[in-house]
Amino acid sequence: MPIIKADLELCQGYANCVMEAPKLFDISDDGIVVVLEEEFGEETRGRVEAAVRSCPVSALRIED
Amino acid sequence: MGSKTVIVGGSVGGIRAAQALRSQGFAGEIAVIDAEPHVPYDKPPLSKGFLNGAIGFDRIQLISEKELNDSEVSLLLGQRAVGIDVSGKMVLLEGGQRISYDDLVIATGVRARPSPWNAADGVHLLRTLDDAQSLKRDLLESSSVVVVGGGFIGAEVAATASKLGLLVSIVDPLAVPIGRILGDEVGERFIGLHHANGVSTHFGTGVESISGSRGNLVVRLTNGVHLSGDIVVVGIGAIPNVEWLASSGLVLDNGVVCDEFSRAVGQANIYGLGDVARWHHPGLRRLVRVEHWTNAVEQAACVARNIVNPSNPVSYSPVPYVWSDQYDWKIQIAGETSDASRCTLVEDHANLNRFAAVYADGAGFYSGIVTVNWPRAMIQCRKLLETEKDPAAPLELLRQMVPAI
Ligand SMILES: Cc1cc2nc3c(=O)[nH]c(=O)nc-3n(C[C@H](O)[C@H](O)[C@H](O)COP(=O)(O)OP(=O)(O)OC[C@H]3O[C@@H](n4cnc5c(N)ncnc54)[C@H](O)[C@@H]3O)c2cc1C
Ligand code: SF4
Repeated sequence: MPIIKADLELCQGYANCVMEAPKLFDISDDGIVVVLEEEFGEETRGRVEAAVRSCPVSALRIED
Repeated sequence: MGSKTVIVGGSVGGIRAAQALRSQGFAGEIAVIDAEPHVPYDKPPLSKGFLNGAIGFDRIQLISEKELNDSEVSLLLGQRAVGIDVSGKMVLLEGGQRISYDDLVIATGVRARPSPWNAADGVHLLRTLDDAQSLKRDLLESSSVVVVGGGFIGAEVAATASKLGLLVSIVDPLAVPIGRILGDEVGERFIGLHHANGVSTHFGTGVESISGSRGNLVVRLTNGVHLSGDIVVVGIGAIPNVEWLASSGLVLDNGVVCDEFSRAVGQANIYGLGDVARWHHPGLRRLVRVEHWTNAVEQAACVARNIVNPSNPVSYSPVPYVWSDQYDWKIQIAGETSDASRCTLVEDHANLNRFAAVYADGAGFYSGIVTVNWPRAMIQCRKLLETEKDPAAPLELLRQMVPAI
């Protein structure tokens, strides 16, 4: 299964990813992204790609 | 599928549209045309990390070479579009070349409003990579700068310059520049932030003239004050890049006028997005044009979807979202916040460097939220904007997040 990788050093907590895919991402008390489900199925790929494109600092990527 | 989409403008809106098309399964040809020679890059860092040297060009590229190749998007860089032939479905390039399309995406953004005050040299604008590189060179060789314009870009440049150790003054004709967006009560705090960082503010006064040359510029204010600076940065707004469409027959009025589906009005196969697009927002029931990053990305996704499913288009009705980094403040704004009379502040007494403000519209409904250094509060309240009308709900949520005093 493809997985989501987040670069916690780059993340600025802009949370656009959370708006795109609230089931997959959240923000911690420190204001950094939390990946709720690393693995995702093909039916969710569109959403995950939208979340990746919406990150202003390119902190997210998909590993197939 | 033999269909071809041509995207004019290869910044964040244009590139994210190309990516979204592929993500949505578009199998036709995609060409992105941009007047600039540089590989597509992102703009927000140009007043922040790129300008202060923390990150280099490699970190602001919008798409990797590999992804461009894998997704078969062709880039035509250094090529300026000078017109379109709507009936012949062609984009005309400066060199005389004609590029045919089935669907056209207009993503030509805006340019910095030119300075009406001229000096020999040393007066900067900031919009493009070239602007940022030239400003960065001058900042490193200067000890003082006058920033004209107290909006987001002006404030970010002031913050970056002061961090680099320059003596900074900032001027704006409005008494509370950020007040226009966030109301005067919150706007005053932004003025305090400049002062806390040793930046002198001259708000509520205009610029009469700028004279001299780099290293020795004088900015004369309408209140008689003279400010001197080695360089001047002018950040006084932006102008939509629509001149190239003047004879196209498209409706142009402070941008490319689009319907609720982001289609240029009256056109079935021409779309506008990002800073250049002024579209009918179905939620607000009026034309709006938004000059912010997240809007360009979200509108690109909507346009891609409508190109792939033209018979069943989706309307574009976003909740606006903006961020800005100034000094040690991470500022985030969602929704409509310019209704100053109805704003409630929430402080965290355990962490004085953070606060939030909840906004309500004329009808008293929850309409917007701003947070400073508080991303978790922002995301919770931003989500609520989609479902909740009562401003008491975000206020309650925020109060639960701060320890009781
Ligand atoms: C210094 C700076 C800091 C910013 N900081 C933030 C921030 O912190 N948060 C935020 O939300 N937003 C920020 N923004 C705004 C954000 O960058 C813009 O909203 C975003 O760039 C809009 O993207 P766009 O693709 O619509 O247009 P643009 O980025 O303006 O791109 C338009 C592209 O079209 C090309 N073009 C124009 N005319 C033609 C033509 N005739 N032929 C071919 N190509 C053409 C241009 O060369 C350009 O590459 C900032 C902007 C700047 C300049
Ligand atoms: S969008 Fe990017 S920066 Fe924002 S929270 Fe998600 S990963 Fe972090």
